[in-house]
Amino acid sequence: MENAALIQTKDLVKIYPMGSHELVALNNVNLDFKKGEFAGLVGPSGSGKTTLLNIVGSLDSPTRGSAIVMGKKVEELSHKQAARLRNSHIGFIFQTFNLLPVYTVFENVEFPLLLLGFSPAERKRLVMEALDWVRLADRARSRPAQLSGGESQRVAIARAIVKKPAIILADEPTANLDAENSHNVLQIMEELNQETGTTFIFATHDEKVISYLRRKITLIDGRVVRDEVMTPERQPEAKAQAQAQAQAQAKPSPGRTEQAEETGGPGGTGTRGGSGGRR
Amino acid sequence: MKILFKLALRNLLGAGLRTWLNIAVLSFAFVAIIWTQGFYRGMSRQAIQALTDAEYGGGQYWHEQYDPFNPLTLDDAHGRVPEPLQKLIEERKATAVLIIQGTLYPHGRFLPVTVRGIDPAQGVLLFPSEFLETGDGNDAEIPAIIGSRMARSTGLKVGDTVTLRWRDARGAFDARNIRIVQVMSTTVQSIDQGQIWLSLDTLRSLAGMEGEATLITLAKGTPFLEEIPGWSYKSPDVLLKDIHDLVRSKTLGATILYIILILLAMLAIFDTQVLSIFRRRKEMGTLMAMGMTRLKIIQLFTIEGALHSVLAALVAAVYGIPLLTLSARSGWAMPQAVDSYGYAIGERIFPVYSAGLVIGTTVLVMLVTTVVSFLPTRKISRLKPTDALRGRMP
Repeated sequence: MENAALIQTKDLVKIYPMGSHELVALNNVNLDFKKGEFAGLVGPSGSGKTTLLNIVGSLDSPTRGSAIVMGKKVEELSHKQAARLRNSHIGFIFQTFNLLPVYTVFENVEFPLLLLGFSPAERKRLVMEALDWVRLADRARSRPAQLSGGESQRVAIARAIVKKPAIILADEPTANLDAENSHNVLQIMEELNQETGTTFIFATHDEKVISYLRRKITLIDGRVVRDEVMTPERQPEAKAQAQAQAQAQAKPSPGRTEQAEETGGPGGTGTRGGSGGRR
Repeated sequence: MKILFKLALRNLLGAGLRTWLNIAVLSFAFVAIIWTQGFYRGMSRQAIQALTDAEYGGGQYWHEQYDPFNPLTLDDAHGRVPEPLQKLIEERKATAVLIIQGTLYPHGRFLPVTVRGIDPAQGVLLFPSEFLETGDGNDAEIPAIIGSRMARSTGLKVGDTVTLRWRDARGAFDARNIRIVQVMSTTVQSIDQGQIWLSLDTLRSLAGMEGEATLITLAKGTPFLEEIPGWSYKSPDVLLKDIHDLVRSKTLGATILYIILILLAMLAIFDTQVLSIFRRRKEMGTLMAMGMTRLKIIQLFTIEGALHSVLAALVAAVYGIPLLTLSARSGWAMPQAVDSYGYAIGERIFPVYSAGLVIGTTVLVMLVTTVVSFLPTRKISRLKPTDALRGRMP
């Protein structure tokens, strides 16, 4: 089971008609993702990262080829079946957080469970568990407008993990965060990946994210040009570099106080402890 | 579906002022529609009640020549009261009215009038006919009743004597002084303006029409007897047709008003829905990413819109019930000029609200709101999740 491909793409092609000509967003992409991977699609803008993520997330369908997710061919799924697949097995994390503004943090995280028909007691337990993971249990009653960027993304992570999906797809999750908050959310995701075995796939060109990846797939013009496994030896070094950069950015200034507090630190309210996390 | 209602309510209340403005407009439409309809119902009911009590009773038998809209027919519109109707009169289940033409000479002027004879002892109509009982033995002056409008237009008052001229059955003119014994106050213009009421026996004697009548009014609840040759039966519905038509035409005017009100409210809701769908494209994409189908999102937005009407009904109930109850109890004062409309209504109109009116209005508004809320959501059915997440709309 460990080695079985959770996601498989075969000769995947995605073409967008652009008036008189066509834009090839993905060109014969063949990839496998196994359970528990912490992988990233890396490349410049327009390289097809988000398109691939959308197809794998059954938000879009390929023009040609096949994408098999949890044993289901995305191209053959009806709108309803695709919705069911996303609802049950896939969590999304977006660059702009995409929290529902009129709901509280609790209600935002609770939303996927409502769709899955969980009982109120079960919903409460799972939501608090997820908020606990992202160290935001004490902000359950807050509204998204009252949260900082880092907190908002942590809520989005909680919303993605609350239903315990097999796959989490994160599209530029740190693009709207400063270095310190980026590391914070990446650490949380890494912990989740290691403790729950959830497969994480990122679409990113952020070095901070790349420093956490265990597998890096480079896309250029819709083609996979490199698929490399990040050696454990390289990872700490890259992370240390990125963290040092983050600390340098987080030097005391009046505007930074809130964010410094938000990272949790030793005095953080979450049960998972400080930014060092569980590892 | 329960979850959709819950989410829709959350979204709606979360939208704050925009929601409450729509609800305020819609609740005003609710109350205005119910009040207006209740007002016309009350007006209609009062008019029908007054006409039934004072003039039409439970239906009438008209002499076949009688045409109330053509005074020239009055010369021939009289005949002996048929046996079956006479029996009803004796049983106090009907009363006879004789009508002839005459001329009144108040204060040196002359005024064409309709002279009506009614039994002073009748109990069929709510009419102060008992004042026509001759009690003072003064045969030179005939007791007569006029209405307050007639009193105003002729300048006559109780105790005044005035000359009345008429033409009898043989075509001979005669004249006598009549004495006003009562000025009655009635909302029914047709028994007041231009009418002089005398005792039936007196009028029969003056006109040489012994035992005759122009019309026989049945007591309320007296069923249609039979077809009587020379007489035509007019049911209460036929007699009240003009009133029904008048109320219908007035209600139509009010309907136009409330259609405008509903349209305004619906326009506000439609705009809100369009704006909401436009502004919340990303939210829709997020909902789809979380596993919501397009159909569910359409339902969610439609319910959100439709809930405006539910909340508006609740808000309308909060201030509308006390307001409408007060209005129904204290009535609505009508200006004096309303008399000239020819509408038998009192000085105050008491609106009448029925459960059917309230439920019907509520259901109608809810139905229209739901349709209006649904229309803009049709766009969602063509919305791709990826486009929605990028904030695009087809």
